[in-house]
Amino acid sequence: MQKVNLFVTCLCDTVKADVAKKTVQLLEQLNCEIIFPEKQGCCGQPAINSGYIESSKPAMKTLIKAFEINNYPIVTPAGSCAASIKNYPKYFASEPKWAARAQQIANRLFELTQFIVNELGIDNVGARLAGRAVYHPSCSLIRKLGVREEPLCLLANVQGLEMLAIENQETCCGFGGTFSIKMGEISSAMVKEKVQHISKVEPDFLICADVSCLMNIGGRISRENKPVKVMHIVDVLLSR
Amino acid sequence: MSMKTSSKNFQERIDVQMQNDVMLHTVAHAQGLMFENRQIAADKLGNWEQWREMGKDIRDHVLENLDYYLQQLSDNVKKNGGHVFFAQTAIEATDYIEKIIKEKKAKKIVKAKSMVTEEIGLNQMILRNGWQVVETDLGEYILQCDDYNAPSHIVVPALHKSRAQIREIFKDKAGYTGTDNPEEMTRFVREHLRHDFLEADIGITGCNFAVAESGSISLVTNEGNARLSTTLPKVHIAVMGMERIVPTFEELDIVISLLCRSAVGQALTGYITALTGPREDDNCDGPEEFHLVIVDNGRSDILGTKFQDILRCIRCAACINTCPAYRHIGGQAYGSIYPGPIGAVLSPLLGGYDDFKELPYACTLCKACHDVCPVKIPLSDLLLKHREKMADQKITPLAERAAVTVFNYVNARPILWNTSVKIGARIATGLIKKGKLPINIGPIKEWTNTRDLPNPDGESFRTWFKNRK
Repeated sequence: MQKVNLFVTCLCDTVKADVAKKTVQLLEQLNCEIIFPEKQGCCGQPAINSGYIESSKPAMKTLIKAFEINNYPIVTPAGSCAASIKNYPKYFASEPKWAARAQQIANRLFELTQFIVNELGIDNVGARLAGRAVYHPSCSLIRKLGVREEPLCLLANVQGLEMLAIENQETCCGFGGTFSIKMGEISSAMVKEKVQHISKVEPDFLICADVSCLMNIGGRISRENKPVKVMHIVDVLLSR
Repeated sequence: MSMKTSSKNFQERIDVQMQNDVMLHTVAHAQGLMFENRQIAADKLGNWEQWREMGKDIRDHVLENLDYYLQQLSDNVKKNGGHVFFAQTAIEATDYIEKIIKEKKAKKIVKAKSMVTEEIGLNQMILRNGWQVVETDLGEYILQCDDYNAPSHIVVPALHKSRAQIREIFKDKAGYTGTDNPEEMTRFVREHLRHDFLEADIGITGCNFAVAESGSISLVTNEGNARLSTTLPKVHIAVMGMERIVPTFEELDIVISLLCRSAVGQALTGYITALTGPREDDNCDGPEEFHLVIVDNGRSDILGTKFQDILRCIRCAACINTCPAYRHIGGQAYGSIYPGPIGAVLSPLLGGYDDFKELPYACTLCKACHDVCPVKIPLSDLLLKHREKMADQKITPLAERAAVTVFNYVNARPILWNTSVKIGARIATGLIKKGKLPINIGPIKEWTNTRDLPNPDGESFRTWFKNRK
């Protein structure tokens, strides 16, 4: 049995706990034992991406320490939070010891689909879901983590699921963390266009491996009353 | 026009631009086309990543040895019989050019497209003196006819205009009576411009890259107007940003290969010109006098800083053609002649935070620009560095600083965080019903204007995890 630490992320811990619960469930089905290091907090993105890097360092150190309790891999169901932590080492350029510790954590950290496909070596989790789906490849997965094929490979092996291509598929949905409220109008225009492109192919499901994009696109889909079910990839992979 | 293109503030600018349906349509259409063509051209060349790496290395090498190459370039231009002027500021550059125009008693000046001449406000100086200046690049000509409407793109300055709008401009300002057929309108402009080329006393151009080894300047165009601007008038003045140098023609080949493909998806543009000094005794054409004005205007302040990578830029606009934020606000919303990702990094560096402090936030950090940049400028990282600098200098809003302080304090303390998460989950579950909150103010409103909130899943994950066994 493979022991795995879960990095839950603040969004999944507070409002989207089901995604985290299902992540635990899925990994357990794939023969993993889940550890939840309780001293973990948020990756710090809201502050870091607003430029408050210096004042975010104590929280970064807390997170590093939280995961130093063992040496097992760390898995998270959110690409953007994974990418954020993987950037820690460069912020500690002036503190080499912390940079090294941050690097250790970064090396052990995997986004969920990346972990399942590349580390566990599984590309078919035995899921079944009938319908037509659009997958939104989040910027964090494809451009920051380089995770492009892994989720697609898992989805291709979901029985009954038909994947649809949309216009400008790899374009950002407009979330961008604090961008979504700081530049509300631009963010809104971006998500409106994204939903327009999704709606054009009339899918049953919208799937993404990032909770934050789902919150954004899903929030717009809900506002427009579109008959599209918004699903985190873990939801899909647990469907039977 | 100088670098700043509007006296309105950022919010006012985006409010106006986001209502401009014609612009939004032309930008979306052009982005699609240019993105696709760029990709095809890159794929056709093959080994694109290696080409990008070479481009990056060449530009980095030049920046690391800029003093040497500036000296070499300057020596060689003089050896070829040209004049070199190094302008530390925009004013020094325009003063020098003003002096030449006066000396030559010139009345008419033709100009080929050049962003740096926009940056230094060259046209304002010329017009102030009552001389006539004619923009000969078709895009720039359109904007000049339209009372110097601001450019919205660094390669395609009139990108925001539709054919129908261009026809109206020509009709009102140049006596055009034809249709909005592009070929017909272009023919009309060509006929007009022919007289200007023949009458002009001075031709002013930019410089895509200067070749240090030979003291040549190169110009990349699709219309041939730069050739006429540099061969017919008796005096040619080229204006360049101080970093736009390559060591030899070997490197020029590589950066031009990257530029043409990245900018317009062409293997080569219609005209690629290398000019080496004024006309020689046995030449039948070319200018009698050549001046190279090398502009610093804040660039040397960027050298050696964490922003140095931005000086690698070869002005192809691939980042602009890819940017989803640019797509929805257009170039004029940036309030700078340099829009899009490149502009959001460069404008605050050259023009300061007073005028351009919002630009680094007009970005989701999606990194699409980073992937297409032919010289691998980490644009989103540099935008983040701007945000960091502004946070450090405390020019960010007070409320934001206070919120971040509280957030970071709690996030660094596991016991406090643990409690906050549990309470937060309970409050969210209690308050958000069917994607709506009872109150919609401030930041929440920015979200709920167009989107529902996520429906919370009940207790926090950590509560569930602790109680499950």
